[in-house]
Amino acid sequence: MKKAQTMDKKVKDIIKKYYGDKTAMIAILQDVQEEFRYLPKETLSFISKKMDVPLTRIYEIATFYNAFSLKPRGKHTIEVCLGTACHVQGASRLIDRLERDLSISSGDTTKDKMFTLEEVRCLGCCSLAPVIRISGNVHPYLTQDELPKILRNYK
Amino acid sequence: MSTIKTLEDLNKAAKRGLESIIPSKTKIMVGMSTSGLASGAQEVYDALAAEIKKRKLDVVLCKTSAMGMDCIEPLVEVIQPNRPRLAYSRMTAKKVPEVINQVAKGVVDGFKPTYRMDEEDYLCLNEKKPYFKGPLPNDVKDIPTISNVDFYKKQVKIATRNCGMINFESIDEYVAKGGYFSLYKALTQMKPEQIIDEIIASGLRGRGGGGFPAGVKWQTCRRAHGDIKYVLCNGDEGDPGAYMDRSVMEGDPHSIIEGMIIGAFAIGATDGFIYVRNEYPLAVANLQRALDQARAYGFLGNNIFNSGFNFDIKIGKGAGAFVCGESTALMTSLEGKAGEPRAKYIHTVEYGLWNRPSNLNNVETWANVPAIISRGAKWFSSIGCKNNSGTKVFSLVGKVNNIGLVEVPMGIPLKDIIYEIGGGIPGGKKFKAVQTGGPSGGCIPKSLEDISVDFDALWEAGSMMGSGGMIVMDETTCMVDIARYFIDFLEFESCGKCVPCREGVMRMNEILHDICGGKGRPGDIELLESMSKGIVDGALCALGSTAPNPVLSTLKYFRDEYTAHVRDKKCPAGVCKALIRFSVSDEKCTGCGVCLKKCPTECISGEKKKTHVIDQTECIKCGVCKESCKFDAIIVE
Ligand SMILES: Cc1cc2nc3c(=O)[nH]c(=O)nc-3n(C[C@H](O)[C@H](O)[C@H](O)COP(=O)(O)O)c2cc1C
Ligand code: SF4
Ligand code: FES
Repeated sequence: MKKAQTMDKKVKDIIKKYYGDKTAMIAILQDVQEEFRYLPKETLSFISKKMDVPLTRIYEIATFYNAFSLKPRGKHTIEVCLGTACHVQGASRLIDRLERDLSISSGDTTKDKMFTLEEVRCLGCCSLAPVIRISGNVHPYLTQDELPKILRNYK
Repeated sequence: MSTIKTLEDLNKAAKRGLESIIPSKTKIMVGMSTSGLASGAQEVYDALAAEIKKRKLDVVLCKTSAMGMDCIEPLVEVIQPNRPRLAYSRMTAKKVPEVINQVAKGVVDGFKPTYRMDEEDYLCLNEKKPYFKGPLPNDVKDIPTISNVDFYKKQVKIATRNCGMINFESIDEYVAKGGYFSLYKALTQMKPEQIIDEIIASGLRGRGGGGFPAGVKWQTCRRAHGDIKYVLCNGDEGDPGAYMDRSVMEGDPHSIIEGMIIGAFAIGATDGFIYVRNEYPLAVANLQRALDQARAYGFLGNNIFNSGFNFDIKIGKGAGAFVCGESTALMTSLEGKAGEPRAKYIHTVEYGLWNRPSNLNNVETWANVPAIISRGAKWFSSIGCKNNSGTKVFSLVGKVNNIGLVEVPMGIPLKDIIYEIGGGIPGGKKFKAVQTGGPSGGCIPKSLEDISVDFDALWEAGSMMGSGGMIVMDETTCMVDIARYFIDFLEFESCGKCVPCREGVMRMNEILHDICGGKGRPGDIELLESMSKGIVDGALCALGSTAPNPVLSTLKYFRDEYTAHVRDKKCPAGVCKALIRFSVSDEKCTGCGVCLKKCPTECISGEKKKTHVIDQTECIKCGVCKESCKFDAIIVE
């Protein structure tokens, strides 16, 4: 009960920040996601009621844009860049290795809720290819060999 | 900060800015763009701050962005009174005391700067200011000037004129470089039509990929009916492998803002939006700071420069959808909806954002505008080549020695970019092709390396200028795999609104997957070609109608590689996993055992100092053995 209330309160504040403006829906969802690391179902119904927007509209936005996740994410998100520059420098070997080492497929979260593995198409650091980004930190010029050590620093 | 309404006020800000660009005491700058930070610039900055404090030196320490040569970051630059500006590359916290030693003594000895700058270009003022007077100090004589560094020799900087030169947190420094003087000129001395004529005469074409004449677009939007009009900036930069727009948004946000205000005045717009990609948090932060500063100075808001003109800009953040870079999708997304494109027979310059006339230009296009207004159309069109005025910024990445951002005059031969600026291909490998234009573009093979890099020539060669990604590939890049990569990207990014793109691209992807997976059938290549035609003709937006380009251009120049995959079940470049096998060279293997320890499936065996063997049944082709072998003894075939 208590948890639900604080959740509602947080979402309410976010909606307030944008004056309940329906055209700010993407920004609102981005803030909600930043708060909870994903978009909990309850928050979406709450937004729908509060802002008088059909839930289907909100789902449409939440599923259209790749930045949104409807599934809980781990403590750290590992974003493996599969942009062109990283691809030609062997980024697919990095993702293969991470999938093997973490025993999950791209898009999933480890059982201990530590890591979520995601593919992104270019982080804008193409000069440092291949790169991955973990919780906002960019790791440049990677080889698969270095991955286990880097991950250990995030536990 | 008080508002700036007159030329006198503006000159005062410029004076303050100049004092902080070249102060009367020592100044140390650290390149803190996204790529600088990823290379460790923050640690270097902290170490510098600590060392300066420890030694109680009277030094200004500040941030700047990247000047382009990312492969030598973190970069630290030192400006001292009456000395040239010195650039120390590949800095680490460890090297900091040595650099500070040199700073304290005021001479270079030991650890050497990579290049020096004797003067600084103030492009918008048409002026060069020297860093020192009198003779060149002896200790720096053998350090090359920046114009002698291969990477910079052939570059001409207009859009990125201030990147890495000024502190992106300081509006005064931007003003000191001639910034907002163009705005003053436009608002107080020019009529909107005059500005549009100037932009048309300059020949500026949209830098977002299409190359549409910017001035003509402005004119149509000005003539469109409506009281409320918008100017928009496309900072979505979705092309994977491209980061020019990020660099300008991070390093010189005011150049975009000034360009947009001038454009808005010319068009008669009241509001502006900058649409920035979700993946660029630093760009958003730097743009937001710049907007606040511009508002505080009165460059945004009401009655700008007492001209009676009112205008303001907001930032809209994308949420990770490539298709939102397309003009109609971008506008739908700004309205807070799912960004699906719509048919373009209704032009956005007439019915765009919220169905009002809207003028969309790319980041780099806007950044060129202040320079054109200050230096004139004639100057701008004197740079570049026929029908392609000015410069273009490219992100030169992939298999090339000097990786980074380059701004070159249009019409430069491709080979100059690859071999001179880029310094050729690493590891003595052979240059194979360059990919331009992102997922809508294509590959230009080595046989066309003399091609002039401009909108029209690239288009004729089956590729595209695109927004400026230039990914260099060598003999170890498989062209079929590259085509598959782009089609895979586009299948993922297709919004699904129309059938040719949603279904067609998916089927093409399946065929390419089969070809790369060793399951190619005779006739597949022809099928790809005929499907391409259908998609080009039938798709609603340019994402779909250009989607087959990567396949068509690789087929045009590298058909034999496709044939090798389909008929011979071979991947000549050694990339496609299903078609290759790893083995150990008897000649080169020293039996050191490194690969044996690293192999995740433990399928490598062998005694110390004897040639190792890979068990083919267990090998998952992860490639770790090849990456870790110091003797290049792993054979891929
Ligand atoms: C699928 C797709 C993605 C696009 N992505 C971008 C982009 O990321 N940045 C950009 O400036 N233009 C992009 N464009 C081009 C824009 O639609 C538009 O032409 C451009 O922003 C206009 O500005 P310009 O005339 O200054 O180039 C894209 C077009 C398509 C079809
Ligand atoms: S061509 Fe593709 S991206 Fe464009 S509208 Fe059709 S489905 Fe959407
Ligand atoms: S391609 Fe990986 S960061 Fe751009």
